[in-house]
Amino acid sequence: MESDEAAEHRVRTMVLEAFADTIIPGEKRGPDDAAIAGVDVGGGAVAGGAIELLEDPAGGLAPALDTICVELDEYAREHAAATGLDLDPDLPPFVGLPFEARTALVEKLTSPDHPDKQMWVGLALFCNMAFDSAPHMHTVDALASGHPGLLAMGYESPEPDGLWRFPTFSYGRQLADPHPSTTATGSPA
Amino acid sequence: MTTTESTDVLVIGSGFGGAIAAYHLAAGGAQVKVFERGPWLKADDFEHDFKLGASYTRVFDFVIGDGMSVLGGNCVGGGSVVYFATMPRAPRFVFERHGSIGRRMWPAAISRDTLEPWYDRVAEALPVTQQTWDRVPYAGGLFAAACHHAGRTANPAPSAIDVDMCTNCNWMMAGCRFDAKRSLLLNYLPAALAHGAEIRPLHEVQHLVRNADGSYRVHYRVVDEEDYRILHGEGTIDAKIVVLAAGAGATPVILQRSEPHLGRMPHAVGRYFSGNGERLNTAVFDEDRVREVLKLSRPDGRAYEAYQIGRGPTVASWDRLDGALPEFERYSLEQLYFPPALGTILAQVPDASPSWFGREKKEMLRRWQSWLTIFTMSEDDNEGVFGPPPETGNAHRFSQQMLGHGPLRYRPTENTRRGWSLADADVKDILERDGLSRVMPWTNDLVGAYTVHPLASCRIGDDPATSALDDRHELRGHPGIFVTDGSAVPGALTVNPASTIAALAERAMPGIVRAARDRGVAVTYGAPSPDGETAGRRAVAHLRS
Repeated sequence: MESDEAAEHRVRTMVLEAFADTIIPGEKRGPDDAAIAGVDVGGGAVAGGAIELLEDPAGGLAPALDTICVELDEYAREHAAATGLDLDPDLPPFVGLPFEARTALVEKLTSPDHPDKQMWVGLALFCNMAFDSAPHMHTVDALASGHPGLLAMGYESPEPDGLWRFPTFSYGRQLADPHPSTTATGSPA
Repeated sequence: MTTTESTDVLVIGSGFGGAIAAYHLAAGGAQVKVFERGPWLKADDFEHDFKLGASYTRVFDFVIGDGMSVLGGNCVGGGSVVYFATMPRAPRFVFERHGSIGRRMWPAAISRDTLEPWYDRVAEALPVTQQTWDRVPYAGGLFAAACHHAGRTANPAPSAIDVDMCTNCNWMMAGCRFDAKRSLLLNYLPAALAHGAEIRPLHEVQHLVRNADGSYRVHYRVVDEEDYRILHGEGTIDAKIVVLAAGAGATPVILQRSEPHLGRMPHAVGRYFSGNGERLNTAVFDEDRVREVLKLSRPDGRAYEAYQIGRGPTVASWDRLDGALPEFERYSLEQLYFPPALGTILAQVPDASPSWFGREKKEMLRRWQSWLTIFTMSEDDNEGVFGPPPETGNAHRFSQQMLGHGPLRYRPTENTRRGWSLADADVKDILERDGLSRVMPWTNDLVGAYTVHPLASCRIGDDPATSALDDRHELRGHPGIFVTDGSAVPGALTVNPASTIAALAERAMPGIVRAARDRGVAVTYGAPSPDGETAGRRAVAHLRS
């Protein structure tokens, strides 16, 4: 039997996953996956590790995640009521929103005039980072394990010593005329 | 009971303003201590790793303000460790700018001509070298070719990178693993240490108090080496001279916090902040059009797909650095690399809603290797104002490292917006021509405008009403406190500012040495370049008095 604490954490994770999936969407992990809307192929922010990153004490958002989820659900309820959407009573309200409604709500929360904009932008920033730089993992490990974001972006792999070097890097020829007033030091006049 | 140490000179911050001061004063015979609030890392410590806690997050700060976010160095060597080492000199017209104060912003004593020998000293010390086309990375080449196609010029920009040692890994924001970037860790700072200067990392200065004898008591806290949110012990040190060089995002905050102890600060402390008029555009190139229109191809057959390869910015277009154009309409455009995370979140998808997240953004990320980022440096209106200082440091630290919220408020004026708008249109004209790419500016809606070159928050000038420092960089009304970092620069420079910040610091040194002597410190001016070269010293010998 799941403890209350475990159940609360499971719900919180679903809400955070739904938010992360709105920032960088991915494909569902299974037919019962309610958190991920499944509007895109391949892994998104959730598969990138958004929850691990958000829960990392180094990031700074971890202590606020409970409050964030309560507020997100509250906003979702208001949004559903205002737009005439019926929410599935078995799901946390934000998770119950269809992808387009989640998107509209995130746009509203991160708009310049929203009083808590900074918090919502911070949440979005971390979700985006999970996908495009995986800061909860060593980058070499992320690439070796097939991190969906770095792979999708075509991020090149390092040399065997874990360092990046690009010995071939230049078209090797002059491709524009320098400004005619360039000084002898190579600076603008 | 705690004891208070003493020293001749306390230097606060170890970037260009601090390192140059530490070197000249130590070489001249003064007892010098340098307090740096960040860690002290060297080449082997600089990791190729985005993980939280790696050097990438330890060595720089991202401070989110109200309408302006500031990226800056946070380590021994300051900005020189994290920057891209692009070192052009500021164009002549910059020194004649009026901004919005109705008079020349720069002191009468300073022009491009009078600063030239000091630029030369910096170029000799680092050194700064001209770059050649055959070593320009693909991204710079692509920008150059697009400029040429649009009838524009483009230059490989002068740089403090030893290209022979550079691997074009593009990790230079995490510190250079290969010592190819000629940061201050390789010249001024080791030379200062050799002359007896002492550098203390993780020492964050909180405020200054004036002693009865005219010296200053400096209060500091020790920062935890792993979690910068945690401050350990506190201490004090007395100094006859204080050189404040904590960076344009921190120097005014230290002075504001000191005001109850030091007395009234000049009006310009914490005002007139400039973000160097900075703005970014991200283009996503059509690889086929790159091949067909620009005739570019790599040895492996790809046209471009090389955003990740290189060493930050290498090519700039200076067509709009024209002194005949009206003020606020002049800017440079520079090809740039920004690593993922901070470099992607603000990039926008053309014609998409939402523009910065969602399905279309993910599709844009899939084409990341075909990105090209163009950096505008324009003339902003010195709009930034610092609010009340936080209890410690210059920001409420949010993450263990890197992220914090600061008191800077910035509302771009119509002048600044006009420059950005002209530059955006120019970038679009150059990069979208003949279907080469689609381009959009970064959004300012999320974290405001942003700058990697904060300036002018404690600036030099001749007018006490609009400048915090006189033309010798001494804080008005507070003798013995000098400011030599980017906060002393009067306004936006339209190019990368490190060269000018460093030249101004070099220029300030004879005067600071003189002030130290007047306060009983046995010190002389006249050190050679950090590696012993003497051409720069000879060239400024007649300028000492």
